[in-house]
Parts: sequence; structure tokens; C-alpha cells
Amino acid sequence: MNTVLAAEPAVDEGMASVSDALIIAMIVTYAIALFLFAVEAAYGRRKAIKAERLVGVGASGADEDGMEVNLRAPDPETSASQHILGNVALGVTVLGFLLNLGQIVTRGLAADRWPWGNMFEFVVAVCLCSVAAFLFGAIRYKARYLGTFVLVPVLLLLGIAAKWLYSEAGPVIPALDSYWIAIHVSAAILATGAFMVSGAAAITYLLAQRTEAKRARGETVTGIAAKLPSSELLDRVSHRFVVLAFPLWTFGIIAGAIWADEAWGRFWGWDPKEVWSFITWVVYAAYLHARATAGWRGTKATVIGLVGFACLLFNFFGVNYLFSGLHSYA
Amino acid sequence: MKPAGAADSTGKTGTDSPPRLSALGWARWAWRILTSMRTALILLFLLAIGAIPGSVLPQRSVSDEQVRNYFLDNPDLAPWLDRFYLFDVYSSPWYAAIYLLLFVSLTGCVLPRAAAHYRAMRARPPRTPHNFGRLPYSASFTTAASPQTVLAEARAALKGYRIDTRDDSVAAEKGYLRETGNVVFHLALLGLLIALGAGSLFGYRGNMLIIEGDGFANTVTSYDAYEPGTSVEPGDLQPFWLRLDDFQAEFIEEGDLTGQAASYVADVTYREAPGAPERTHTLEVNHPLSVDGAQVYLLGHGYAPEFTVTNPDGEVVFDQAVPFLDRQEGNFVSDGVVKVPDTGAEQLGFTAVFLPSAAETATGELTSDFPGARNPVVTLRAFKGDLGLDSGDSQSVYQLYTERMEELGDSPQLSPGETWELPEGAGNITFTGYREYISVQVNSDPARVPALVAAVAAVLGLLCTLFVHPRRAWVRARPDADGRTVVEVGGLGKTEGAGAITELHGISLRLRDRLRERPASDDTSTEKE
Ligand code: HEM
Repeated sequence: MNTVLAAEPAVDEGMASVSDALIIAMIVTYAIALFLFAVEAAYGRRKAIKAERLVGVGASGADEDGMEVNLRAPDPETSASQHILGNVALGVTVLGFLLNLGQIVTRGLAADRWPWGNMFEFVVAVCLCSVAAFLFGAIRYKARYLGTFVLVPVLLLLGIAAKWLYSEAGPVIPALDSYWIAIHVSAAILATGAFMVSGAAAITYLLAQRTEAKRARGETVTGIAAKLPSSELLDRVSHRFVVLAFPLWTFGIIAGAIWADEAWGRFWGWDPKEVWSFITWVVYAAYLHARATAGWRGTKATVIGLVGFACLLFNFFGVNYLFSGLHSYA
Repeated sequence: MKPAGAADSTGKTGTDSPPRLSALGWARWAWRILTSMRTALILLFLLAIGAIPGSVLPQRSVSDEQVRNYFLDNPDLAPWLDRFYLFDVYSSPWYAAIYLLLFVSLTGCVLPRAAAHYRAMRARPPRTPHNFGRLPYSASFTTAASPQTVLAEARAALKGYRIDTRDDSVAAEKGYLRETGNVVFHLALLGLLIALGAGSLFGYRGNMLIIEGDGFANTVTSYDAYEPGTSVEPGDLQPFWLRLDDFQAEFIEEGDLTGQAASYVADVTYREAPGAPERTHTLEVNHPLSVDGAQVYLLGHGYAPEFTVTNPDGEVVFDQAVPFLDRQEGNFVSDGVVKVPDTGAEQLGFTAVFLPSAAETATGELTSDFPGARNPVVTLRAFKGDLGLDSGDSQSVYQLYTERMEELGDSPQLSPGETWELPEGAGNITFTGYREYISVQVNSDPARVPALVAAVAAVLGLLCTLFVHPRRAWVRARPDADGRTVVEVGGLGKTEGAGAITELHGISLRLRDRLRERPASDDTSTEKE
């Protein structure tokens, strides 16, 4: 007989249960971090942040050695709500990040494969990347004020993943059993993580713009709205994360095409997933163009970026559930 | 709606570019960029929106069958949608119009930029401005070093810049790769489009089934389905040949995921051309066979039960494996048709169901509970009469046309080796065993490699355009009234943010440190004494 019946692929049950326990731990940890960030946003004081790390150049003036520096267009003043709890929140986020990482590693060990072969695993990995991107931003650009705005979607996604997408650790279908999964899906996950931070910053930007518009009209603004970081800063952060994510997304699409060429016999077949990856890519390209187009920077460009993010989300949730295609990981 | 503050800030950022052209030239340049970029934006949006219906409605290029079903389900709507090419969105004239316009706009936009960039790269860095105070960054300090020494040190401090020394100053520029990357990226997209177009002209695609032990020669007639590109002739097919030696499918045996496929492996022997040496290859889902520019892919697999049919005189009139099609209900419940035209008497036909692991459901129905062949069983329904093969119309091998046939009855469950005596003394049929077959696709797409090269060029260009930051810097050294040298450093970043000020200030500091470290020889003597 030609059909060889395989032995049960080994799933390490011990590892699998550690991994499942870590899901709860990371969600709780992220929730605590979110609470602390929210406290910082609400009760902190607005303080100036220097996004560019300028050594010795605060503003125009002479330093002790007699060097006179003159900045014609110094960075616009940027500020955000700050509170001592913010540092604690950052620490808790790092802890959550480690638990998240541990969850993914143990799941990979349990199933003995790359741990992103189904929707649940994909979402958890995207959250890891968003948090990583946020931590990078918090340290490199002092963008800690994004904490609340990044952790809200992260927790939402993790909740959805744990409640509706959860599947036990196990092997994947043969089409997903390839080293291209490491390349293509990793690129998609990393890009999605960065796009998510960009999207969080973009929404904050729109809120901050409203606050600033109200202030400009002479109205007083109270509550959290009053403590939002300046819109200029948020716009820049949002743009930077798109700049980071866009080439990754481009690369991910190309890697996917190469994989499809190997697995399905064509590198591009307008499968719904491919269509929506393409749409997402085009919309983010439009965003980058809009940023370079006079009269489109600011709100209009930001809205385009958010449309791109909506396409990204639709590609994940909408396409997987509404359309049948080769990509649906059931 | 638009807040007053926003208008101000966009106005401010718009004036960052250096006023290098005349007012008229500047306005014309700005106008051109403005219009073309806006057009590009709108076309990009149309490209995205136009792609949407293709993901919502079934597409002929993906599945003809789904389109036909859609026509059956929506007989009124479908013809209207078809009129707008909504079942062929990506090859429709209106979608082509969008992307061709986009690429015309792109060419018109990028080529002049490429030319301007080429000239800029060969020209000297821009001349030193008179007033550094107007630059986004400027610094000044004095040193005891002579102006020549300062300029020499400045050249060293401006590492990585293209440098041009003028009378009392050094002009430097770097980051040309950004613009180069931008041009490469956009032209690579154009190249990608051309490659894809060439692929649809000169490529072809074909599908067929190969049963274990059988061979396949790459000719148009060997295919069950064949789609040639517009300019492909039957004689253009690569003359390779291959045989399926063995196929093995592994499935998960236990647990929640029971029945999920674990791996498919097909061993094939092939020859590149008649007379070429035989080679072997292991065909797997992610491991196609590449032969003479064509790609052979393993798409799926199924069972081909083997039957022998004996006529009433006891002669064997049929002895063959017949590929059955998976119903896609899980566990490979498969349908097939056996046609026996040459019985010596009336023709025989059978419709059959193959169950690799036969089992009964709770309600007593026969089904298959595992995709592997744990308990292979066939059930048959026999017909006799005229198969209709002589009419000249081509028939599907997977369908029995029973209009001119008479039903003989249903068989019991047959396991391998078991025989069913047909009613009315029509002979007998034996289910002798089964082989497996694979479904294979052959693709020949001459655009694969050019498309990949263009895509890689696009990514590299993109990385340059997004991460290289052009800067201009100038250093001027002039003696002052006290016999010291006034050093001025100024510069600008041509892109937003991204640390231009930090970097320029770094240059100032480096230059000052270098001048301070100089040994107290020639020009510091005045201070020491
Ligand atoms: C196939 C469609 C196109 C795609 C996917 C695309 C994508 C991009 C991307 C990703 C950038 C980088 C933006 C940045 O530097 O932040 C860019 C820049 C640019 N594109 Fe396109 N583009 C397309 C078509 C066009 C067309 C039709 C034009 C001209 C009308 C154009 C003109 C430009 C220009 C001038 C820039 C440089 C902007 C700057 O100076 O920062 N592009 N494009």
C-alpha cells in the first residue's frame, strides 16, 4: 500500500500548557501596563520632550567654548503628559513583552515548528511586534506617551485571539510547511506591528489636532484631551513607523510571491489575500506620496494612512472569514 | 473644519526647500510637481479601489467554476456585472486604463527627475551661501589655525560627503543615493509591469493527472486543461517527459487534527528532452521540479481504483486504474466513472464511489472517516446500453451520460479483490486494488526571473529613498581683525526631521576638536608666547 500513515507528530504537552498559561499572564501584565499608562496620560504634567537627541544644542546661543549656534528652524516644541508612573508602566510593558515572547517560544517548542502558522499565533506575534516597536519608539524617540494608544489595540487583539481564534499547538498543513513561512510571515508580522503603532499615533494625532484647534479658537480644553502630546510630534512618529513598515511589507509581498510560485505554481494569482495585501500596499504608497505632496500633509495624509491600516485589518479579519482562498488557514 | 493652526504649519513646512531657482522657475517647478503628484495620488487610489471588486466577486482567472455558479445563482445580475468585466477585473480594459495611466504619469514624472538628478550628481556641490544665518543650522567659532588648515580639516571632518573647495570655503553634499533610489524604485515598478505583460504573452500553463506508474509527455494534447499565452504555439512547449514512480501522503493519525495532511511526497523520473539522460526528483508541495524553463508543481492527489471487467464469455475486456475525484467533503470520499465500450456485447458504464477508510455513520450511512486508505471500499452502480462515445462530441471522463443506458443495479460494498456479478448476466467487475494519482500543473513563465529582478531592485531602491537622508554642508574660514580665524559651519537636511541638525552640529564639534588637537606649532605660536 502506498499510503504511509504517519506516527502522531510529537506535541510537547508540557510546553503547550506552559505556553497557554503565559497567554493569561501576558494579557494581565499588558492590562496593568495600560492602566498605568492611562494614569500617566490623565494625571501627568505636560513637559517638553526633545525628540531629536541634540547634544549641546538646546536653542540658539553660545556654549562654554565660545561656539555660537544658530538654529533657524528649531524643532517645534513638543510635549506630552509625564508622570513617574510612566516609568513603572514602561517596566511592566517590558515584562509583558518578555511573557509574550516566552509564550511564542514555548509554543514553537511545543509544536516543533515556526510558531506562526494560524490566525491565533499570527495575532500574538503581531502584538509582540507592536509592543517591540512601541518600546523602541519609547526609548529612541521618547515616545512613551503612545503607551495607552498602542496597548489598547494590543489588548483588544489579544482578547479576540484568546477568545475566538485560539487553537491548540500542533503541526500545520503541508503548504505552510516551508522556510518561506519564516520569511514571508515574519515580514508580514513585523510590518503589521509597526503599522499598528503608526495607526495608534495617527489616531492620537487626529485627537491632538482637535485639541489644538480648540485652543486656537480660544476654548479651554480639559481632561485627557488637554494632555495629549503635540500633533506635530505624533505626525512625525506615525510617519516614521510607516517608513519602517512599508519596505517590510513590500518585501513580505515579494517573499509571498516567491513562496506562492513554489507552492502553488504561480507567483501572483489575485487570491483575495493577495488582492488586499496589494490594496494595503497601494494605500500606504499613497500615504507616502501625500506626505510629499503640497497641501496633503497633515490631516489628509493621516486619514490616508488610517485607511491603509483599515485595509490591513480587513485583510486579516475580513478576508479570512468572508472570502475563500488559498490563504485561509482554517 | 480645517483648524487655523494646521494651515499655518503646512505653509511653514512648504517653504523649507532652498530658493535656488528664479521665482518663475520655482513656481513652474512647484506647479509641475504639484499637479503630477496629485494625479499620481488619485491614480493610486483608483488602483486600490479598482482592485476591490476582484476580491468580492469570483474571478475567471481564479476559478471559472465559481463564476459559472455565480451566473446560475444570479441570472439577472451576473450578465450586467460581466458587461463591466467584473469577473475579469485584473485583465479588464478599465483596470488596464488605470494602471497604464499611472505608469505614464510615473514615467513623465520620474524621467525628468532622473535627468535632473544625473546632472546634479555631476555638477559641483551648490555654491556657498553668503549668509549662513539663513540656513536651518549654522554655527561659528574662532580658532588660531590658519584658514587653509581649517579648510583642510573641514574636508577631513566631512567624511562621506562630496566636497568642493572654493576660495575661502568648502561646499559639501551627500545622500545622492536617495534620489537614485527613488528613480530606481519607480522605474523598477515599470519594469515589473512590463515583465508581467511579457509573461502573459509568452507563458503557458497546463494541468493534468498522473497515475502512479504512468508517464507524461509535455505536449498540448497530454493536458486536461491548457492555457497558452497569446503568442505561444504548440511547437513551443519544452519537449520533456516524466513518470510518477511513487506517491506517498501522510496524515495525522490521532488527536484533534486527525486526518489533516502532514506531507505529500511524489517520486518522479524525468528526461529534459527525448534522448537526454533520465533523472529523478522528489516533488513536494513546496518543492517543484524545474525543467528546461518550465516548472512542474504538485497541486493535489487522489485515488485511482483499479478494475477488471469480464464479459459474459469470460474474456477480460477492461483492466485499468481509473482516477476518481475527491468530493472535497473531507476524507477523500471520491467519485468516478468506469466506461467499458468494448465488451463484445452492449457497452457497460459504472458510476462509483471510493471510500479510502469506509465506516458507518451513526445513522448507518456509509462514509470515510480517514483520508488514508485504512479500509478501502468501492460501491458501484452499473448501466448498460450506449455510452454515446461514438457521437463525436467530446465527453468528460468524469461523467457518465446515461440517456441511452439502462440501469442494472447497485453493487454491494467491495473490498480489494472482491468481484460483483452483474445482474442480467452482463458479466462481472472486480475491484482489484487502487493506485494513487497526483494532479500536476506545468507552468512556463519567462517573466518569472525578470519580474523577480525588478522586484528586488524596487525594494533596494525603496530602502535608499526611505532611509538615505541628503544633506548639504558648508564651512567657511576667514581671518578676523584679531588675527584669528572665524570658522562658520552651516547646513541643511533636504528631508524632514531625521536628525539633520544633530548631524550638522556633530560636524561643527568634530571640526573644532580637530583644530584644537593640532600640535602647538606654526599658527598657535602667537598664543603660547
Ligand atoms: C505605481 C505607483 C507608485 C508607487 C507604488 C509609488 C511609491 C512611492 C513611494 C513608496 C515613494 C517614497 C516616498 C517617500 O520618499 O517617503 C515615492 C516617492 C515619490 N514618487 Fe512615487 N509611486 C508611484 C507612482 C508615482 C507616480 C505616478 C509619480 C509621479 C507622478 C510618482 C512620483 C514620486 C515622487 C516625485 C516621489 C518623491 C517624493 C519625495 O520627494 O519625497 N510616483 N513613490
